Amino acid sequence: MNKILLIIKREYLSRVKKKSFILMTILGPILMVGIMIVPIWLSTQKTEKQKIEVIDESFLFTGLIPEKDIVHFDYPPITIQQARAGFFDTDYDAILWIPKNVLNGGQKGINLLYKEQLSNSAQQHIQYSISKMLYEVMLAKNNVNVNLIKDAKDKSTFTMITTQIDELGDEKKTNTGLYMGIGLVAAIMIYIFIFMYGVQVMRGVMEEKTSRIVEVILSSVKPFQLMMGKIVGVALVGLTQFLLWVILSTTLYSVAVATIFKDIDIKQIQAKEEVIKIGENLDFENMGKIEEPNEMTKLWNDFKGVDMPYITLCFLFYFLAGYLMYSAMFAAIGAAVDSEADTNQFMLPITIPLIFSFGIAQTVMQDPNGSLAVWFSMIPLTSPVVMMVRLPFDCVSGTELAMSMASLVLGFLFTTWLAARIYRTGILMYGKKVSWKELAKWLFYKG
Amino acid sequence: MNILSAKNIVKKYAAHTALDDVSLDIPAQSIFGLLGPNGAGKTSLIRIINQITGPDSGEVFFENEKLSPKHVEQIGYLPEERGLYKKMEVGEQALYLAQLKGMKKSEAKKKLKYWFEKFEIDAWWNKKVEELSKGMQQKVQFIVTVMHEPKLLILDEPFSGFDPINANLIKNEILDLKKKGSTILFSTHNMGSVEELCDNIALINRSKKIVDGSVKDIRKQNKSNVIEIEFTGNMMGFTNSLWTFGKLGEHSMEGEICKAQIELTPGSSSNQLLSSVLPVVEIHSFKEVVPSMNDIFIKKVSEGNAIGTQSNFTE
Repeated sequence: MNKILLIIKREYLSRVKKKSFILMTILGPILMVGIMIVPIWLSTQKTEKQKIEVIDESFLFTGLIPEKDIVHFDYPPITIQQARAGFFDTDYDAILWIPKNVLNGGQKGINLLYKEQLSNSAQQHIQYSISKMLYEVMLAKNNVNVNLIKDAKDKSTFTMITTQIDELGDEKKTNTGLYMGIGLVAAIMIYIFIFMYGVQVMRGVMEEKTSRIVEVILSSVKPFQLMMGKIVGVALVGLTQFLLWVILSTTLYSVAVATIFKDIDIKQIQAKEEVIKIGENLDFENMGKIEEPNEMTKLWNDFKGVDMPYITLCFLFYFLAGYLMYSAMFAAIGAAVDSEADTNQFMLPITIPLIFSFGIAQTVMQDPNGSLAVWFSMIPLTSPVVMMVRLPFDCVSGTELAMSMASLVLGFLFTTWLAARIYRTGILMYGKKVSWKELAKWLFYKG
Repeated sequence: MNILSAKNIVKKYAAHTALDDVSLDIPAQSIFGLLGPNGAGKTSLIRIINQITGPDSGEVFFENEKLSPKHVEQIGYLPEERGLYKKMEVGEQALYLAQLKGMKKSEAKKKLKYWFEKFEIDAWWNKKVEELSKGMQQKVQFIVTVMHEPKLLILDEPFSGFDPINANLIKNEILDLKKKGSTILFSTHNMGSVEELCDNIALINRSKKIVDGSVKDIRKQNKSNVIEIEFTGNMMGFTNSLWTFGKLGEHSMEGEICKAQIELTPGSSSNQLLSSVLPVVEIHSFKEVVPSMNDIFIKKVSEGNAIGTQSNFTE
């Protein structure tokens, strides 16, 4: 037992001390936070106010297009020819040209002439405002009460609330999209983790075999101890990396938010949250074009409703047990072959169940309680991924979960037993091109 | 007392029998040579003694106890194919291997310091193994084999990969370790080193042990009753004087000096031969031709193979 600890320690330390590990650990969170922060940061960047010269030949919009912090409109009484001719002598960024017949199908002739591309939000603002104004003018022209339509629209727009009721009659709001997201993220992480660290185990075994140190070590410890020591050591490396990522990402994220967004009025955001709480079930149309923060807040509120500790615990279990099961097989492959090139024929059959479970994830999300979902969350080879997709939907009973976990543990014990038998023979076998038949024979060799 | 006894070891791999009823006794504090051509089964036997694999049948005893995992601490093993973790630092690696052999870290550190200084490689403690020359790596590997002061040292081709100076260093270490009480089992093709170092040997061929015993006895058993005489004088007179004591074999002449090999006829002694030739020629040297281990090895192996081929043929 003491020796297996020594092996675990070596496997762990030799990997954690590697430059590539340190680099990955630091770069990972930077990348993740970057992906989250940069778009938000970009959207808050105050772009320079853009000046637009409006040549409104229809006189419908003159002086009426709503101003915004990023765009300013001027309505000089000149023709489009004059405007174009003098364009580069002015400091206008663009000319908005509205043709005379705009109400009679001429709206397609509305043209924005610019020196340099306007920002996307400015362009959207112009398009949206003019379209809205045109719409209202059209209605008014035909004696339709604009307010009536607005009212009807307001009263017919809604986002459906989905609520789950349990046996005790307690209500729980659900958010399918969010659940899919959580399940998918967990499944992707398990998938990547199994692959990344499984291959590390395989490489480690191959390194020991090809450098021939394995014979020295096996004169001190049992093959099974060496194999398990490596598997557990690498698992700890994975957990360390995962933990560091979580800690670093959260720290980095909060630091980034605090420094980059310090100018933004926190009260404003909080106020918005209040509005949501009061008017949560009302329409969002009226709240203006920028709905994103509100959606985010809603998502956050839904997220808080998910039983995260439960999901996290299950995640850790499937994460570890799935890895242990697969890495035993990876270790056996590493022991059976002499070079990396020979691994392919054995890698494929092992990775098929993993890829397959990922392939059916979509179907599982659509129907998390369907027979496909239930069965594949029981089979050990696919359960780590499939169960993680199902869990956020809160549709898995305790018995089901226990059965799935038990079968995964059994699967792990079985594959480890199988792998250990291949491992102890393969690790001392050199210069032999192994086949599946050969591997099967090894299972029955006497120690 | 025997430090190690292997009794009727059989090891089979699928269709191939690696060891067929092999028994060995290795006396304590001796150097034991395990000889045999490639593929004879030496490595299989060594792996069984190291408990890397187990025999299909038969038993191994270490100091009269059945071999068990606790004995790994008493055994040091230097495999033929040397290997260390290439990316690991030398000192760290040596400490790791020492601890796997059951040494305490502090104790291992002390021992390693002694050996590293002795082999003049203490400056390499913090270097990665891949930065070392092959000879250096071999030294490190030798150290990690002996540092836990095993009672039984198993060396598979210990001199391969060493230059003559380092090979000599290792040879002296082996003799020194024996003096300090260790028993050394070594497997080799280098017959010169067998004659020089080994007290006892076993010869394995085609999965079977074909010869074993002390080197002296084996050479005596295989002596050919041939006497080599160097003399000056008349070759004809010399031949006539042999009488019935011996038969002239190979002979040659270099200037004045004649060299002749005489095969003694059964029942004759070398003294009779000497007294009969003494009056005829002037003797410069008179010695019994003793076969070298190399000759015995080749003779035994080819005999065995001939029998093997024959029996295969009759099958």
